[in-house]
Amino acid sequence: MSTILFLEQTLNGVQFGLMLFLLAAGLTLVFGIMDMINLAHGSLYMVGAYFMASFVQATGSFWLGLPLALGATALVGAALEMTLLRRLYGRDHLTQVLATFAIILIANEAVRIAWGSQPIMLNAPPSLTGPVTLPGGLHYASYRLLIIGVGAAVALALYFLVAKTRVGMLVRAGASNREMAIAMGVNIRRLFTIVFALGAALCALAGAMLGPILAVQVGMGENILILAFVVIVIGGIGSIRGALVGSLLVGIVDTSGRAFLPLVFSAFLPPQLASAAGPAIASVLIYLLMAVVLYFRPQGLFPARG
Amino acid sequence: MKVLATAFAALLAFNAQAASELKIGFLSTLSGPAGGIGIEIRDGFNLAVKLAGGRLGGLPTEVIFADDTLNPETGKQLAERLLKRDRVNLMTGVVFSNVMLAVWPTIEESKVFYVAPNATPTTITGKGCSPYFFSASWPNEAHHEAAGAFAQSKGFKNAYLIAPNYPAGKDALTGFKRTYKGQIVAEQYVKLNQLDYSAELAQIRAAKADALYAFLPGGMGINFIKQFVAAGLSNEVQLIVPGFVSDQDVVRAVGDPMLGMFDTSHWAYDLDNDANRKFVAEFQKEYKRIPSLFAEQGYTAALIIDQAVKDAKGKVEDVKAFRAALMKAPERAKTPRGPFKEAANGTPIQDYYVRALVKDREGHIVNKKISTILTHHQDFWLKDCPMK
Amino acid sequence: MKRAVAVFALLALFPLVMQSMDGLFYVSLASRILIYAIAATSLNLVLGYGGMVSFGHAAFFGAGAFVVGILSVEGVRSAWIAWPAAIAVAALAALVIGAMSLRTRGVYFIMITLAFAQMIYYIFVSLKTYGGDDGLSMPGRSTVGMDVNLRDELTWYYLVLALLALVLYGLKRLVHSRFGRVIDAIRENEARAEAIGFPVYRYKLLCFVISGAVAGLAGALIANQSNYVSPSLLHWIQSGTLMIMVILGGVGTLWGGLIGATVLLALEHLIADYRIGWVASLAPNYQDHAGLAIGIVLLTIVMLAPEGIAGLFRRRHA
Repeated sequence: MSTILFLEQTLNGVQFGLMLFLLAAGLTLVFGIMDMINLAHGSLYMVGAYFMASFVQATGSFWLGLPLALGATALVGAALEMTLLRRLYGRDHLTQVLATFAIILIANEAVRIAWGSQPIMLNAPPSLTGPVTLPGGLHYASYRLLIIGVGAAVALALYFLVAKTRVGMLVRAGASNREMAIAMGVNIRRLFTIVFALGAALCALAGAMLGPILAVQVGMGENILILAFVVIVIGGIGSIRGALVGSLLVGIVDTSGRAFLPLVFSAFLPPQLASAAGPAIASVLIYLLMAVVLYFRPQGLFPARG
Repeated sequence: MKVLATAFAALLAFNAQAASELKIGFLSTLSGPAGGIGIEIRDGFNLAVKLAGGRLGGLPTEVIFADDTLNPETGKQLAERLLKRDRVNLMTGVVFSNVMLAVWPTIEESKVFYVAPNATPTTITGKGCSPYFFSASWPNEAHHEAAGAFAQSKGFKNAYLIAPNYPAGKDALTGFKRTYKGQIVAEQYVKLNQLDYSAELAQIRAAKADALYAFLPGGMGINFIKQFVAAGLSNEVQLIVPGFVSDQDVVRAVGDPMLGMFDTSHWAYDLDNDANRKFVAEFQKEYKRIPSLFAEQGYTAALIIDQAVKDAKGKVEDVKAFRAALMKAPERAKTPRGPFKEAANGTPIQDYYVRALVKDREGHIVNKKISTILTHHQDFWLKDCPMK
Repeated sequence: MKRAVAVFALLALFPLVMQSMDGLFYVSLASRILIYAIAATSLNLVLGYGGMVSFGHAAFFGAGAFVVGILSVEGVRSAWIAWPAAIAVAALAALVIGAMSLRTRGVYFIMITLAFAQMIYYIFVSLKTYGGDDGLSMPGRSTVGMDVNLRDELTWYYLVLALLALVLYGLKRLVHSRFGRVIDAIRENEARAEAIGFPVYRYKLLCFVISGAVAGLAGALIANQSNYVSPSLLHWIQSGTLMIMVILGGVGTLWGGLIGATVLLALEHLIADYRIGWVASLAPNYQDHAGLAIGIVLLTIVMLAPEGIAGLFRRRHA
């Protein structure tokens, strides 16, 4: 196995992990601060991707479409929070599960009504449809490098926001002890709406960035949602740092597993079996990873509640 | 009382002979990443029904559409509903072989004829062959055998193979290996409907093969080709695909990155016969786009049903009469691919062409016929079918 | 008791009515609903009465189905062998998974049960010999001998109905037994139950295993219903659907599973198949978007009926 292959697969893992981070960050904040299980998080990801596809088509530019999509989805998120989700705070988790599951159904159908049943096309910007030559001779898709760049930039920005700004301090206070934060006079309602809108924007960014690689289609949120939940459980609910570490772990384990396990298995299994067992075991690896982490750290790696 | 009963029974017996109308169950994949294929087939089928004035074989025709969303379990439930509740007297439409295998027992049990506009799994054409199954498309491995023959004829010394991990995928690579005699560098199976190929592309790059044969239908192919070109691999390895991975539905989604690819097909839009010219012209007029081979398959399926129902005088429930009519129909109906024969196991015996992705005079990207690679080619599994 | 008799009498008459209206297809649909009612009821035991939010229940449901499917393809078609085997395998899976998961709590318990169920799902998907992703077609329904033909839709329906009655009766007895009262106490306040001296872990595990076993029975039935087993039966979305049925019907109520399964599945079917005039005049394509209507109905129910549909009835009798 060559170094180029190894390098390429590692980059792929980091790319996937950073995208997961965008989803997990919003999810962990909402769960940590508002104590709400939001199954509709994946739907915001889907809506973001669809908005992106439409705005890119309308403006003819990837770069113009991106902020428009983020803004639109953040608005949708804020509206959703203020009308429906607000009533779910304080209800038991099961009720939240049922309500947000209903929202998934509604969102899927609403998207299908607005945009049709066929996946719609979202392509990378023309300047990034080719490869870039990296040191070592590896030709890597330039668009994937963009994803890595964007993901890393967002991680830094979020760190700055949460650790160094006033809003971030309120968010951390709310995550570690909500009652105390309210008692200290924090305008919890507005904070919640802002946090939710931010989470929605992050989902939209992930959807918009991943759209050119994956298809933009109805139901695209559900598959990635489960991975996001695994990430925040591993990372610790309410912690952005945990979400980052967790998503990088999951991204690399998943991609490396899918890439290398079939190779390992094909050494002693027929190709069809190796190709089936490889990805199957790779998927199981993520859950094994979660089980192992929870065994040693039942609250995840970096729990927000001290 | 007895007289009434006998009369009633006689009436029933007479009614069972000839259908007074055609109720066709069209079970297909009409949504999701692979939905484009089902829609192409549906559009071709509908065009033929429309050109026949809404009457196939002279009978008023109702087509009931159902969407299996590429889920075998959904397909099975829908097949039951079509057969048991809606009482259709003909079935067609299935795109994917895994859905086909799930619904086939229900169809065969109901003794209803199925005309395949796409999926023709080898389990149903080999040992499990049945008089109720008739394919209007192609034997499962034919395009792949044609591609293997093409790769062999071009002198590629080694090849990397990739397909989804489901019955048709395995059959595809088996077919390719049957006619390609060079070295197989790797045989890789991906998850059905997988969309991100970064891991596989990295391995393809590391393998340094001359040719890459990829069977990735629907949305899978769209993503693969985009990512393949984005990774800069089009300069390192020649991509060959079966015609249904690179036809007009994919061209509309991918565009220029496809130029330079080769594919194999049983039909090309520029085939030189009147029926084809009429088909392409009518399709463009009706739907404002160039038809893909899927559309041709749907259209041909409807033409064959039309011819067979006419020849069998409406007796779609009579297994002997309708089967005989179906078997003769491809030679008599004026299909866009020209007249062809049907083998005893219900698969077509026809020619296969090599096509190239090039721009035509108007600047549209088309699949232009380059050469004929296989003639009067029949299903490899015909030998296993006990029916003669 | 009177209510139970009334409900079952109605259910027993249903297929006869359908048969006279040439609607045998609906008897088949009803059998499917009753099987899901059994599965949802089994989940209600562990979730509603036991307070354990298991997101991996599909594992036991699907395991039962696959046992019957695999045995049938290998030539063992007798229900007397296959169905107890399905129940046993599901119970064993519940024992193993429960033993490992019950050490955790809250959302971590939810995720761990989900994880184990997904692992089982991925294992079955990769088992190409038994269909893998495409599922496994069975040669036919299980045989019971005694000249009873389970292929007959009416016979099958009555068998499923009888089993549902048995499961509900069993649940009622269990809930009112000493075991049931301890489980209730554990759900309300685990620390207190522990302090009193109950072996909490063992009670919870037993509850989990019983629930898994009944889910296995439902799985055996669903395999027979379609003559087809698919790994999607093991997927987390299946677990989610069962949860939705329980929450919709009424968490911790006897009839919650039956109500939830009926409402959800019947709603799906009705919207897709019956054109409601006035809705169609507003939105002619509404039937293509059944999910929207179902979502709206679910959302309304959850906002207005916090204890599920059964909860609505409960309050009136309070």
